Amino acid sequence: MKSYAETAGAVEVADTAVVRGPNSVVVRLSVNGTFRNILVEPRVSLLDALRDRLDLTGTKKGCNQGACGACTVWVDKRRVLACLTLAITCETREVTTIEGLSDGVDLHPMQSAFVSQDAFQCGYCTPGQIMSAVAFLAEGHAADDDAIREWMSGNICRCAAYPNIRAAIRQVRDEAGTGGPDATG
Amino acid sequence: MRPVSYSRVADVATAIGTVTADPGSTFLAGGTNEVDLQRIHVARSRRLVDINDLPLRQIEELPGGGVRIGAVARMSDVAQALPVRRRFPVISQALLLGASPQLRNMASIGGNMMQRTRCGYFRDVAAACNKREPGTGCSALTGVNRGHAVLGTSEHCIATHPADLAVALVALDAVVLTQGPAGHRQILADDFFLLPGDTPDREHAISHGELVVAVEVPPLPMASTSIYLKVRDRESYEFALASAAVAVAIDAGVVTDVRLALGGLATKPWRARQAESVLVGAPATIESFRAAADAELAGAVPHGMNAYKIELGRRTIVRALSTVTGDARMVSDDGNPP
Repeated sequence: MKSYAETAGAVEVADTAVVRGPNSVVVRLSVNGTFRNILVEPRVSLLDALRDRLDLTGTKKGCNQGACGACTVWVDKRRVLACLTLAITCETREVTTIEGLSDGVDLHPMQSAFVSQDAFQCGYCTPGQIMSAVAFLAEGHAADDDAIREWMSGNICRCAAYPNIRAAIRQVRDEAGTGGPDATG
Repeated sequence: MRPVSYSRVADVATAIGTVTADPGSTFLAGGTNEVDLQRIHVARSRRLVDINDLPLRQIEELPGGGVRIGAVARMSDVAQALPVRRRFPVISQALLLGASPQLRNMASIGGNMMQRTRCGYFRDVAAACNKREPGTGCSALTGVNRGHAVLGTSEHCIATHPADLAVALVALDAVVLTQGPAGHRQILADDFFLLPGDTPDREHAISHGELVVAVEVPPLPMASTSIYLKVRDRESYEFALASAAVAVAIDAGVVTDVRLALGGLATKPWRARQAESVLVGAPATIESFRAAADAELAGAVPHGMNAYKIELGRRTIVRALSTVTGDARMVSDDGNPP
């Protein structure tokens, strides 16, 4: 087998990629299990596409620069920031928002826990907190409060409802048993 | 954000050929830094070439105990990969102490190597900045520079390199594998990052269109107990004020081999070669660690608000060395012997 250095790897310099934009193009997104076509420019973030084109306003716009976590959604079941994700990059991926979490009118256990533990004041960060918290439990890191603090540090709560947010996460963790829930399943 | 067009590519050759042929094109991976910089007009690409479909996600153990990490592998996946955790815990720790879980799920290893400084003047298009616009001056020299570098600075730029991962990679003598129009190259991590000098706008030893395809970490048995110590203003989700990646081998109380690199203090991920040369052959004691720290920071240059970083850097080195040699009890929280 040739070593890496012996492999030539030279590449023809040719702009052969298919170009879309900069004007609006049709972008096909799968959001909460439903395919939707939207007409957006490539520069449009997933956050703006969700809120302004798909009327899914549960996902909140906080800092719009990846610092606050208010826009946390799942892409292919992993928690990510919708503000730093371009909508066009999500074609062929599955997007899940806070609207996709409940089963009809039946709240997800984490949503119920946020209500019963009073885990918010103004509520602006709450959708992002919940999307992050459900993914966090599925990741299996929620051993103790220190771990919850660390692994939820990407979601800022300006009202500082942190003790109650941790209580909500503990509640769902403990209700689900030691194995952890298949929360994003 | 300005209008951009978009191409999604499925193979490395098309990615490289396309970006090389078009000066207005940039690779797009996780986007955590690129999209942000485009939005604030610091980056001004006309097209983003999405490389997330490239077959560069593998994290493989290499014969002899090294690891190869594909450029599009995510920070979160690399942090929890078994060969990384077992053989190079310093890499896993550096990754997990960086960014937030959401950002780590998005950000790629290649993008992490290419990330730009968080200097506030670099990010402010109204401010003078030689890194963003060569020849305009450096606002940080006499400005708000509490977070800025004390090592590797020039009269043109004192921006701190923001990396955690790259600090570990520089300590481990990792090799950055790139591919460009002319073919493959292997660049030692320490050489991949450039000092600002007279050209602070040039940060990496690669050219436009050249793609980081992987990072290879060579075998290093003593790295199995390596650590990454990060000191910052808050406990989580913050850049380093000072950090240290360290691996040590000790025989009969004497340091026989050591790797030490620093973050948060310098204009590039900083291999602490002065400290290493003091340590090799010296007894593994607080006195040696302090001497090594003094040697490394001897050339540090403060610029007002960041003067505290010199002492902070010393203490970070001493504490990291004390911790990795198993004598954490020998230092108190301030890095001094009790």
